Amino acid sequence: MALINKDTVSNKMSGRILKNKIAKVIFFIATIIGLLFLGALAYRILTQGLGSLDMDFLTGFTSQSPDRAGIKAGVIGSLWLMSVTAPVTLIIGVATAIYLEEYAKRGKFTRFIQINLQNLAGVPSIVFGLLGLTIFVYIFNTGEIVLAGGLTLGLLVLPVIVVAAQESIRSVPNELREASYGMGATKWQTVRRIVLPAAIPGILTGGILALSRAIGETAPLLLVGAATAIFTLPSGIFDPYTAMPIQIYSWTKAPQPEFEYVASAGIIVLLVILLLLNSIAVFIRNKFSKRL
Amino acid sequence: MVSSKNKQDGLSVSERIEKNKQSNSSTAFVEKLVPKLLLLCATLSVLVTLGILYTLLSETFTFFNEVSVIEFFTSTHWNPWRDSYGILSLISGTLLITVTAMIIAIPLGVASAIFLSEYASDKVRRMLKPILEVLAGIPTVVYGFFALTFVTPMLDKIIPGLSFFNALSAGIVVGIMIVPMVASLTEDAMGAVPNVLREGAMALGATRLETTVKVVIPAALSGIVASFALAMSRAIGETMIVAIAAGATPKFSFDPTQSIQTMTGYIVQVSTGDVSYGSTIYYSIYAVGTTLFVFTLIMNLLAQYISRRFREEY
Repeated sequence: MALINKDTVSNKMSGRILKNKIAKVIFFIATIIGLLFLGALAYRILTQGLGSLDMDFLTGFTSQSPDRAGIKAGVIGSLWLMSVTAPVTLIIGVATAIYLEEYAKRGKFTRFIQINLQNLAGVPSIVFGLLGLTIFVYIFNTGEIVLAGGLTLGLLVLPVIVVAAQESIRSVPNELREASYGMGATKWQTVRRIVLPAAIPGILTGGILALSRAIGETAPLLLVGAATAIFTLPSGIFDPYTAMPIQIYSWTKAPQPEFEYVASAGIIVLLVILLLLNSIAVFIRNKFSKRL
Repeated sequence: MVSSKNKQDGLSVSERIEKNKQSNSSTAFVEKLVPKLLLLCATLSVLVTLGILYTLLSETFTFFNEVSVIEFFTSTHWNPWRDSYGILSLISGTLLITVTAMIIAIPLGVASAIFLSEYASDKVRRMLKPILEVLAGIPTVVYGFFALTFVTPMLDKIIPGLSFFNALSAGIVVGIMIVPMVASLTEDAMGAVPNVLREGAMALGATRLETTVKVVIPAALSGIVASFALAMSRAIGETMIVAIAAGATPKFSFDPTQSIQTMTGYIVQVSTGDVSYGSTIYYSIYAVGTTLFVFTLIMNLLAQYISRRFREEY
């Protein structure tokens, strides 16, 4: 008695193989749609924006008339913001990660901090804007200055840095720590001289990615009062400011249709800066990833 | 060496021991201090959460001193400039965007994940994945601009009667924005399914599609569903795309071709307008913010619960 009827199997088989092939094509097309969207976006923005992108645009302030508007205040403002965000979030984020990975006992408290960070990462950015508005702008009465915006962005990207730093610290092999203890080093000496140097590429990569997220953020800055039109550059962290995404937003909202081209040019500048930051991150990752 | 150095120092043995003790005690001091400082930093993240809760709740209470809670949650009219606060119209706008976004993001995200995890060769995957990640790194203000100036005009040709600001275009673009998130989380979940299961299915004669649909996806289901919940939370909280492309006319309707307003859109509208500190409208953004926060928190907790509770361990 034949348990398997070869004819039935081969009859059904061709249909099943065909289904598999069709499904593969469908899955491929679905993957490509995202890329097509990206391509359309890049093409559209380049064709619209390149015409307006010249030295006058890079070195001018924004203006009522589309052909004189520039993004200088936005670029400088974003740099000032990062000068607050970067050190604050890096120091606090890395310290948190060191504590959680090297010092904390695996217990309820550590788990609580971890879950808290996880949920904090899921809080919409605009809610951080409300936090910054109340705590910094009104309670500490800073007013609408770089410091308030930078700190708000710092708190927003804190979970990103902590997670990156934790992963990086965790991936340092335990033999290095044990060898250091074996030589008589204390815990902090081991962390400072062995663990951190080994983990620094991962931490830097995570830090740069977090900063590039912060540079692109618009919503929280709208709440803590980045100005849309400003004609002086901030000369310190206690000055009023604007930022690149804020300027792009205000041009998008402007009534004259010609501002579409100005907004595109602004987007090109923003994306180029993000691209640079990300390339640095990739460079660091590739350069140091094979050391250990 | 050591003895000659001792002589150079000109210290007796007892003096050296004394000196050693001193440096040891300063090392010990640092050793005790550092964990405390680090703990302080770690606690800050908890303080941020408490700060958010305090900010939202205290200002929301002030708001409800002036506006009835029942009106807020049951009325469908939202016009703060005429003192009518019925958040249902903002919630319906948010849901409209979220549902549209999920209709785009779930099929595209899962299909991309299946392709990358089950079908693509290593080389293709290494090429496609970074490009998808670029999609996740683009600032939302750029997406908003693109929705308004490219997607809306395109949809306008297909759909007659589409208003200039509409939920459909914003929803589609929010969907595209969260595709990478769904795709990478789903791919992670599918990657965690042990190869033994795949090989078993294939050895029994299953095609790749049958293996994926009948073995891999059921095994990875908790992670996949959790990624949907996280993506929904992102869509609910998305701000700039809807503020730019979805309009600013709150209405209780589920017609995606019309201009609507979401909770996030309202907060942006107020914060960019001339609203004085301490007015009812000022407090209303906190009430809306609290509602938004509760929605996203529920989705986040749901995601964590699903991935913990229903995880298949191998």
